[in-house]
Amino acid sequence: MSEIKTFVPTPDSPPPLTSTGVLRWLRDNLFSSWFNSLLTLLALALLVRVVPPLVSWALVHAVWTGGPGVCDDASGACWAFIAAKARVMLIGTYPPELAWRPLAAGALLAGVVAATVSGRCKKRVLTGLWPVFFAAALWLVGGGAGLETVDQSRWGGLMLSLGLAAVGILVSVPLGILLALGRRSGMGGVSAVCIGFIELVRGVPLITILFMASVMMPLFLPPNFQINNLLRVQVGIILFSSAYIAEVVRGGLQAIPKGQIDAAKALGLSPWMVTVFVVLPQAVRHVLPALIGRCIALFKDTSLVIIVGLLDFLGMAKAASQDQLWLGHEVEGYVFCAAVYWVICFGMSRYGRSLEKRGPQTNR
Amino acid sequence: MDMSQVVIDVKGLNKWYGEFHVLKNIDLEVHKGERIVICGPSGSGKSTLIRCMNRLERHQEGTITVDGTELTNNLKGIEKIRREVGMVFQNFNLFPHMTVLENLTLAPVWVRRMPRREAEATAMRYLERVRIAEQAGKYPGQLSGGQQQRVAIARALCMSPNILLFDEPTSALDPEMIKEVLDVMVSLAEEDMTMVCVTHEMGFARTVADRIIFMDHGEIVEQNSPEEFFSNPQYDRTKLFLSQILHH
Repeated sequence: MSEIKTFVPTPDSPPPLTSTGVLRWLRDNLFSSWFNSLLTLLALALLVRVVPPLVSWALVHAVWTGGPGVCDDASGACWAFIAAKARVMLIGTYPPELAWRPLAAGALLAGVVAATVSGRCKKRVLTGLWPVFFAAALWLVGGGAGLETVDQSRWGGLMLSLGLAAVGILVSVPLGILLALGRRSGMGGVSAVCIGFIELVRGVPLITILFMASVMMPLFLPPNFQINNLLRVQVGIILFSSAYIAEVVRGGLQAIPKGQIDAAKALGLSPWMVTVFVVLPQAVRHVLPALIGRCIALFKDTSLVIIVGLLDFLGMAKAASQDQLWLGHEVEGYVFCAAVYWVICFGMSRYGRSLEKRGPQTNR
Repeated sequence: MDMSQVVIDVKGLNKWYGEFHVLKNIDLEVHKGERIVICGPSGSGKSTLIRCMNRLERHQEGTITVDGTELTNNLKGIEKIRREVGMVFQNFNLFPHMTVLENLTLAPVWVRRMPRREAEATAMRYLERVRIAEQAGKYPGQLSGGQQQRVAIARALCMSPNILLFDEPTSALDPEMIKEVLDVMVSLAEEDMTMVCVTHEMGFARTVADRIIFMDHGEIVEQNSPEEFFSNPQYDRTKLFLSQILHH
């Protein structure tokens, strides 16, 4: 019999150094095969053709300040046009002397968004903060209770786009979740109504719904029963978006393993507790990328309200470029719009990514 | 200990999945403080039987009475029984989006309406009991299988159940982790917890069980004390099963 030996694990050693360095990165990512090398060179050629003229137009030869006519001889972009029309693009035809009110609402929005994005506030605080913000913003913009009333027909510009999108997202996400739950509830009547609604809405373009809400609905309502146009459009956007969100959430609900529900039931949790504490948090986490995608789509879809006569951010940019004093600057207007849209959408996208990373990594 | 009190009473139980007759004429009484092990080949209906005992599965014929309440479609009755009957699953089924501590306090806080602080104190006590208190702030995905299953047992214990059901609690574990889970189960048995375990761990069955039930094709083939069951099986089917799982 030999003596029993003690097993000592070999200590870890560092990985080989071949996976670092700039040249290594270039070879791996840009020149890994002859085809990829060709694509890299083509892309470089394209950049060389496009970037210098773009920089020259947007920055080098651009005109930044001045009144009407200052851009007549310029070969670059006329950012003075944007500066002159900034107020209209941001708040539309809102009375200029009251412009501080939507600006204050915007500052509040920035504050609430910052609180939400920072992740430092508790969920309970945030769920209270948003409704308070909406009430405050509505009061600031619309007036009443001590402030001069400003009719809804004078709301416009970026303010209108953000308002429609923010209310749309905050109402249609919960509504979509309810629709998805209803569809899977197993209660015949409820799920039939939910399926009917979802499939009806998904079968119709948003433009049609906005048209129905704005033009056709008043024909069916009694003449003395008036709901304002903006509210009808807002409801149209919410209904449209909630149907899509319902289908996104349903995908997440289906991904929850049955064992999770069994375990929750076995602890004595009632059906609504199983849904609220166990199923929904996991389902929403599963579909967060798609959900953020729907929210971004909703924000961009608000630009369609122009077809029912509401002038949102894009609509105001278009209207501004019709100004006799500033003719011929549509391009600058649209570039500016695109940049603002991109910043907001990219911000939403980044926020979505950070939400995905926050919290537990599941073991599946 | 009052061994005469029947806490689970199954009478004439029949269940079908569509056309498939999965449980046939099951009669079974579980007494207070009794430890029962159910074994049998896969597909014999043992998991289905134990899942009928807290209504995770519905039966079509017969009656199941737990703690004096019959399991029917009455949701209030079902929830009352589930509060008193803990269950541990093969795949642990911890809630991956909650920390270990949150997993343990969810039901006491929301079902038993226990103040959160008290629920957390209870949870920490049970986590210490399964020797895993230092993991309270982690998420299930950060734990090994054996640790997860011990958390799952602690989660069931936090509801102070009268009865614990185990559905193949060690089948999804690596060999080296089986013992840590079985040790916890043995210590529970020593405290006279009423336990019904579906398991293939014959060593556990031999040392802990008061009664072993052998099932095949949806029926109870035989039931006996561990000594009799292992040394003197009554049916050829039982012999074959034992020879296959004990000698390989």
